[in-house]
Amino acid sequence: MVDTNGAAMPLLMRTPRIDQVGVVERAARITKRSIKKETKVNGLLLTLNMIDLTTLEGKDSEGKVKQMCYKAKHLLDTYPGLPTVAAVCVYPAMVHTAKKAVEGTGIRVASVATGFPSGQASHEVKISETKFAVEQGADEVDMVISRGKFLAGEYNFVFDEIAAIKEACGNARLKVILETGELVTFDKVRRASDIAMYAGADFIKTSTGKVTPAATLPVTLVMLEAIRDFHYDTGRMVGMKPAGGISKSKLALHYLVMLNEVLGEEWMNNQWFRFGASSLANDVLMQLMKEKTGVYQGKDYFSLD
Amino acid sequence: MSVKNKETIAAETEADMRQPEEASRRLEVLKTYKIFIGGKFPRTESGRYYVAQDEAGHKLANVCLSSRKDFREAVVAARTAFGDWGSRAAFNRGQILYRIAEMLEGRKLQFIDELVKQGAGQAAAGQEVEQSIDRLIYYAGWCDKFQQLFSSVNPVATSHFNFSVPEPTGVVSILAPQDSALLGLVSVIAPVIAGGNTCVVLGSYSKPLSAVTFAEVLSTSDVPGGVVNILTGKMEELAPYFADHMDVNALVYCGDDMEMKKLLQQKAALNLKRVVFYDHVDWMSANGQSPYLIADSQEIKTTWHPIENIGGAKAGY
Repeated sequence: MVDTNGAAMPLLMRTPRIDQVGVVERAARITKRSIKKETKVNGLLLTLNMIDLTTLEGKDSEGKVKQMCYKAKHLLDTYPGLPTVAAVCVYPAMVHTAKKAVEGTGIRVASVATGFPSGQASHEVKISETKFAVEQGADEVDMVISRGKFLAGEYNFVFDEIAAIKEACGNARLKVILETGELVTFDKVRRASDIAMYAGADFIKTSTGKVTPAATLPVTLVMLEAIRDFHYDTGRMVGMKPAGGISKSKLALHYLVMLNEVLGEEWMNNQWFRFGASSLANDVLMQLMKEKTGVYQGKDYFSLD
Repeated sequence: MSVKNKETIAAETEADMRQPEEASRRLEVLKTYKIFIGGKFPRTESGRYYVAQDEAGHKLANVCLSSRKDFREAVVAARTAFGDWGSRAAFNRGQILYRIAEMLEGRKLQFIDELVKQGAGQAAAGQEVEQSIDRLIYYAGWCDKFQQLFSSVNPVATSHFNFSVPEPTGVVSILAPQDSALLGLVSVIAPVIAGGNTCVVLGSYSKPLSAVTFAEVLSTSDVPGGVVNILTGKMEELAPYFADHMDVNALVYCGDDMEMKKLLQQKAALNLKRVVFYDHVDWMSANGQSPYLIADSQEIKTTWHPIENIGGAKAGY
């Protein structure tokens, strides 16, 4: 057992095996719920408030980041009473720009770090990138785990790395990206979730959005159950962030149903649950306008994100 | 030994065919008439259906009673297909329309049979199918020619090269003629897609068979999925959504119900849809086809291209 800043590596033999068929079936049943009218509207408003509006492209420029931050602040001005999104998520080099753009709005700035998206960088580079992002004003850091090491069975390495990044984060909250698309099996997802949480993650996150498959309902279910078990064992709450591939409101509502069923109401806010997405916001806005006006909406009438 | 086997089988098959009473005992496999969205044939999401009858009141088929959600899905499919279809070479669109005609020709007898079941006389049905094929050929030819007809170079007083060209409007929702089940349908779809638009069409309520079978023709004739989407159902129920959907750019209505026209115009005003009414059009006649029908679903884009000196004229400033 390794000791890092008081965090202790979990006993991995106690990590349960996942019933893949059962998980897929249960996730599928959740999509059968029908959510309509006021419940739907409330769910959509909550969804908006949980979005980490994201731009993580090689072609990102200051202008693009400013535009996205403006979108985060003014989702749809013709619809009074809308919440803002939870955070904007950018590369470390853009944190300063984003921080200035959302100042005074309550919108947080999240930054990816640790050699996103591959995580193939040296330890020193990862630590200094994390520190740089926090110094620039990031409220949250989204790190990627070393999947190569994890798949090679070097769990202690992964654990130590997460713990070290957590320390480098200081007061910023740490989201740990497992990149479930590269872990392949639910057993490995569950194991990686346990390692991340015991190493001090404030959030566990499915994907970078650069690998297919990204977030899916079944993999999210596995991670939510890991969070639930961790909470039973330690009394500490950990947040969840599915990211990548969630672009439709209906799907977002399915995620909320699942969240409510597995973790309960305590987790139903943006302190403990986020959607990593870019095009989801506009789809939610279109659905909200549809509920308000009764008319199906077209994307021509919504600002770009 | 295998040769002998084949011979035996052939002999038995022949024997089967010689016994009509034996053949008539076979239970006929009936076609399920489904709707056409995004190149696929789903049933309506609502699970509803109605019974299409011939004039004597005999049941023809159970037909999907589409809901507004089917329409919504169809608009999504049409919007997705628009990018590719609208930007294809006009000549390629012409080839594909020609291909539709080829496929329709091959299924002539099936269409005649269905038109007769829906109440047409044998001769009239044959004429209607032939006219439909010819109409597709007509618009196939126009695909890369109407642009020249409706384009212009405009004289302006500044040093600009100023020209106007038609461009596809986008997604067009079409309430097809109720009485002309095949020819009417073809006559309103063809000019819309010839112009590079994609469409969602509501077929005839009382004569829905031709619309569904025409969808089968479309799906085997290189028309990309989503370019034409065909629904069956009640016009009174679906028309408001055809008119007020914000992602639809133009609306075609074939009918002369004044109340309906008023409703459609009011709803379509929401996003300033292009509204086209075809009432009292005899689709069998020469009036049923014209490049101006293509122009009905086109936008004219005018470009001001700055130049230094055109035709020896001096700049005005």
